[in-house]
Amino acid sequence: MNVAPRIRTRTLGQVHVPTVTLSHGGGGKAMKDLIDDVFVRAFDSAVLAPLEDQARFDLSDLARHGDRLAFTTDSFVVDPLVFPGGDIGKLAVCGTVNDLAVGGARPLYLSCAVIVEEGVTIDLLRQIAGSMARTAAEAGVEIVTGDTKVVHRGACDKLFLTTTGIGVIREGVHLGVHLARDGDVVMVNGVLGDHGAAILCARGDMALATAIESDCAPLNGLIDALLAAAPGVRFLRDATRGGLATVLNEIAEASQVAIEIEERATPIREDVKAFCEILGLDPLYLANEGKIVVVAPPEEAEAALAALRRHPLGGCAAIVGRVHAGEPGRVTMRTVFGGRRIVDMLVGEQLPRIC
Amino acid sequence: MCLGIPGRIERIDDVARKLATVDVGGVKRQVNISCVVSDEHPVSSCVGDWVLIHVGFAMSRLDEAEAAETLRILTELGEAQAELEAMRLSAATTMGAAP
Amino acid sequence: MKYLDEFRDSAKASILVREIEALVASMDIADDKPLNIMEVCGGHTHSIFRYGVEGMLPKQIELVHGPGCPVCVLPMGRVDDCVAIAEQSHVIFTTFGDAMRVPGSKKSLLQAKADGADVRMVYSPMDALAIARANPTREVVFFGLGFETTTPSTALTILQAENDGVTNFSVFCNHITIVPTIKAILDSPDLRLDGFLGPGHVSMVIGTAPYEFIARVYRKPMVVAGFEPLDILQSIWMVVRQIKEGRAEIENQYARVVPEDGNAPALRAVSRVYELREFFEWRGLGSIDHSGVRLRDEYARFDAERKFAIPNVRVADPQSCQCGEVLKGAIKPWQCKVFGSACTPETPLGALMVSSEGACAAYYQYGGVKHHEAAE
Repeated sequence: MNVAPRIRTRTLGQVHVPTVTLSHGGGGKAMKDLIDDVFVRAFDSAVLAPLEDQARFDLSDLARHGDRLAFTTDSFVVDPLVFPGGDIGKLAVCGTVNDLAVGGARPLYLSCAVIVEEGVTIDLLRQIAGSMARTAAEAGVEIVTGDTKVVHRGACDKLFLTTTGIGVIREGVHLGVHLARDGDVVMVNGVLGDHGAAILCARGDMALATAIESDCAPLNGLIDALLAAAPGVRFLRDATRGGLATVLNEIAEASQVAIEIEERATPIREDVKAFCEILGLDPLYLANEGKIVVVAPPEEAEAALAALRRHPLGGCAAIVGRVHAGEPGRVTMRTVFGGRRIVDMLVGEQLPRIC
Repeated sequence: MCLGIPGRIERIDDVARKLATVDVGGVKRQVNISCVVSDEHPVSSCVGDWVLIHVGFAMSRLDEAEAAETLRILTELGEAQAELEAMRLSAATTMGAAP
Repeated sequence: MKYLDEFRDSAKASILVREIEALVASMDIADDKPLNIMEVCGGHTHSIFRYGVEGMLPKQIELVHGPGCPVCVLPMGRVDDCVAIAEQSHVIFTTFGDAMRVPGSKKSLLQAKADGADVRMVYSPMDALAIARANPTREVVFFGLGFETTTPSTALTILQAENDGVTNFSVFCNHITIVPTIKAILDSPDLRLDGFLGPGHVSMVIGTAPYEFIARVYRKPMVVAGFEPLDILQSIWMVVRQIKEGRAEIENQYARVVPEDGNAPALRAVSRVYELREFFEWRGLGSIDHSGVRLRDEYARFDAERKFAIPNVRVADPQSCQCGEVLKGAIKPWQCKVFGSACTPETPLGALMVSSEGACAAYYQYGGVKHHEAAE
């Protein structure tokens, strides 16, 4: 008999308990209900819904977008899970989308692997999944596959999230950390240090109250606009852990060039500056989750800057410095005071000073 | 021993314990103001004061006049330097361009 | 930011640099005998490096980085004591951030935390007291570290604890005093110092009178300096001016914060809670008489040294460690045999490489551009 297969749209399961328990990780009905209720419902993806063991795509569909596959993964362990400006879910989607976008790729699909402690509330999980869904929609990506594990209380600091993403790089786009050369211009798309400051503040150890929010944002739209206006851009990187200073050192080392920045030109909010002054922290090393470092050839610098500034996520974009033929691997800064100092790689974690 | 930062006392939180909230460039924190109060300057009169904060304690009231004086000395120095430079230049012009 | 930005102004920096250059040009200073000016305070060291001040000075002025960094002079034995207290299961050990990385003979507080000790970073001793109130079944210990700037804060916190009847709070007191340190430096035979930048925030508490002996007995000029780069440059200018004019006086550049008589409530709190120790050990400098304080008997119940059994073992610095000589300004960081090789910020042998304002760490992070062109 030749009968066309009927595609049954599933009824999604539901969770009726308030918190995650070990049985939600057991592989049985409780786990399916959790996945359905929290993730499938939020992510609303036709690829995800059947809950196959893998997401599948036609290669020809992918090839429409470019000629190389970009593939990245990141784990997110931020504490606290929810902070001013976002939560671990939004952070994860942004982080993975941005990791693809800075390579010149169009981000397409994400996976979402969750490790959650028993005792975490289902509402919190729904909140995080909701954030992921909204951010994915904003970025134009789909979350198409995932995994869920439940562990004993205390085993994973409430929730760990790993997202992997694939994207496709357009033909002709060749960005690389080793491509910076003498005369290139270094710019950023906006104020620095917000995310790092917001997280430190949210942890509460220092009992400081601020209005600082994480700058967490998906940057693929911004990057598309940038590359359209300035196709000769050499390199992009998001300035996450270790901040601007770390990225500059990575560029200087890989390209074997010297970079000098102007402290006066680094855009930083007044309250982030104040926060750093109080604790004796250096804003150049604070994490950003919505900022990229751009290395552009001098003849395209103006166009690149204009493109950034036209975009809602680049309003405060600024040129911060130049690549020059000095000691290879060295990053220096002309301070607001007029003197010069080295901006080195961070050693260990920045700790607040008393002195 | 050192890391002190200027901040403005915004409001008094606890008169008996001498606790106040300061604003440092938009960041707020509760500090102990025991060291900047006296009979002549009681807790309630501290609102609006600029103080030097170190590890959660206000340790000194910033003297606006002294701050201005410190900077004035430098401005004066700068003016004196500019005058000297102007004199040098005009002398050179008067003498002509002879080597 | 008010009271900060004005004191970081590059135009005024240029004015001062020109004045300093004119001064030294008129003073006949030999190339191999520059003026040695010591900034005592770690905060000054940090500011000097952070703003690149050293590179703005003419070569006739050498800045010598002094021992005024309480984290840097913490002996390894005292860190071991902290770890011993922290590792007791009922203890919550609270500390300032920069003390967490100082190596003990086996581990630092950060490593002890990784191994399971409840070590928490706080910004203020008042926050430690709040933790004690919030955790009545645990013993909360605060690592009281710092010079006279910080000593009053710990004292006032203890007085507050006494007032509130808190019984689960104590302080592990490592507060030290600056004057014996400066005296030890002045008495050091291998040093030739021409002047000092005085510790601005210590002076905010103790006033300027305690330094009179430096001018009267040792005939050296000292200028009590603020911490912004303009304060430091102006203070250097004032020291050089004194040297040129053959004066040896204590001047106060930081008058907007430092009152001549110091801070009465702070000094009262300190003398109520603390008394001088006969001697105290300093990393790299050995034992200095009357250089530290401890809690008076009346406050024994707030004294972690009496509440807890601590090893209290004097641990010698590693043999290769030349921290002492760097602290006294006898050698520069890069002249230490292990600087940058066995001793780096990742693998520190001595505290000068651990603390973010230790001269060695500061030089490692920020230095190396000493002789760039001066401010435009």
